Amino acid sequence: MQTLRRKDILGLEEMSAEEITLILDTARSMREILQRKIKKVPTLRGRSVLNLFYEPSTRTKASFELAQKYMSADSVSVAGSSSSLVKGETLKDTVRNVEVMGVECVIMRHPVSGSSHYLARSIEASVINAGDGMHEHPTQGLLDMFTIWEKKGHLEELKVAIVGDIRHSRVARSNIWGLTKMGAEVVVAGPPTLMPLDMEGLGVKAYHRVEEAVEGADVVMALRLQKERQESGLFPSLREYADLYGLTPQRIAGAREDALIMHPGPMNRGVEISSELADGSRSVILKQVTGGVAVRMALLYLLLGGAKEE
Amino acid sequence: MALIHKATVMDEKAIRQALRRIAHEIIEHNKGIDNVVLVGVRKRGVPLAERLQVLLKEIESIDIPIGILDITLYRDDLSQRQDQPMVHTTDVPFDINGRQVVMVDDVLYTGRTTRAAMDALIDLGRPASIQLAVLIDRGHRELPVRADYVGKNVPTSRSEEVEVKVREIDGQDQVDILGPGGE
Repeated sequence: MQTLRRKDILGLEEMSAEEITLILDTARSMREILQRKIKKVPTLRGRSVLNLFYEPSTRTKASFELAQKYMSADSVSVAGSSSSLVKGETLKDTVRNVEVMGVECVIMRHPVSGSSHYLARSIEASVINAGDGMHEHPTQGLLDMFTIWEKKGHLEELKVAIVGDIRHSRVARSNIWGLTKMGAEVVVAGPPTLMPLDMEGLGVKAYHRVEEAVEGADVVMALRLQKERQESGLFPSLREYADLYGLTPQRIAGAREDALIMHPGPMNRGVEISSELADGSRSVILKQVTGGVAVRMALLYLLLGGAKEE
Repeated sequence: MALIHKATVMDEKAIRQALRRIAHEIIEHNKGIDNVVLVGVRKRGVPLAERLQVLLKEIESIDIPIGILDITLYRDDLSQRQDQPMVHTTDVPFDINGRQVVMVDDVLYTGRTTRAAMDALIDLGRPASIQLAVLIDRGHRELPVRADYVGKNVPTSRSEEVEVKVREIDGQDQVDILGPGGE
């Protein structure tokens, strides 16, 4: 496969292993550009992109904006808080107005699950989901897979343990869909209150003890603990969470010696992951960030680089 | 329309001799190869550049650096093509600033690939000069481009195709002209 025959990137659930492989292959070629002194290729000259973020974001937004600049696309970024949404305009109207200004691709982060699917159906421009509610965050899943693939050389047969608030995590969901399609074994661990009910249906084994889940793991991925979950009574205190589920060298002693330590950011140091692990030699947390730019450049090329479909 | 074989214009021996001659010309033109680097243009320029590197080492006993250029992101026809080309990695693992860069490609035709390759190269630095070596020059330029080193000039019509085969990719060394079939 050498062409991505789709208008949008909404989630990894609907994507095939062949498509994921094409994206990762293309991202590898893009990564070379990031090592150049002049980080710019002329490929997307004259193409326009809108970044629409209805939720706070540092990494994802910066990463998308840099990817657009490195590919020579023109872009505008609108934060939800400063948009006409606060004046009561609907999402569809907002985006349709920007579309007639010539935007060919919309990158959107939105607190409502399924919002990017809705948007994709409403407009002709391509839509890339930059995180929709508790549903998916496909570009994060792709960059996590890219980081693992670059380090390990393959994804098949790897054991990946994802630890933390699985239930509310779009990052976990995208990783589970993507990694299992690529032939990896995914296990999850976290407090029962933060575990979804349908884990087995996703082909994933769930544990309540982190030590059991990480046994023999090639990759250990911590998820950010959203502190607001404490207020809803899903776990008693940050300290208790850290004591039982926080990743430390001792807790993951059963993982493989060369296991990669990952975190999608932003990190709560000392809560879901200790600084010793986050800054240690096995950590690829900053590599994930670099890989994110390459993956987003690849997606922009694959969606916008060719001729427009008739 | 299916294309049929019309003529074989180079065989293995002719390709070998042409590359050997080009190697000598590179040395002569640059007064030695101390400052010369080779860059193969994907796809078939890469094995040709590798062969030139071996030949230059035989003659001058110097290992000169060799890089690989993928020009996909610099093409001028991306927004017109329905079949989107796959992006491959550019790998030029040395500094090209101030070097005599010899770009190597299999066929020189419209000159558009060469234009893209020059842009790609200049994004990596400022060489002292860029020179172009091709196995086949088939004419029909659409841009003001010429080759410094040519294996063979092959007059063609636009309806024909030049098919270069190299053993590293295609299992044999041969250059054929293909043309429209029928009367």
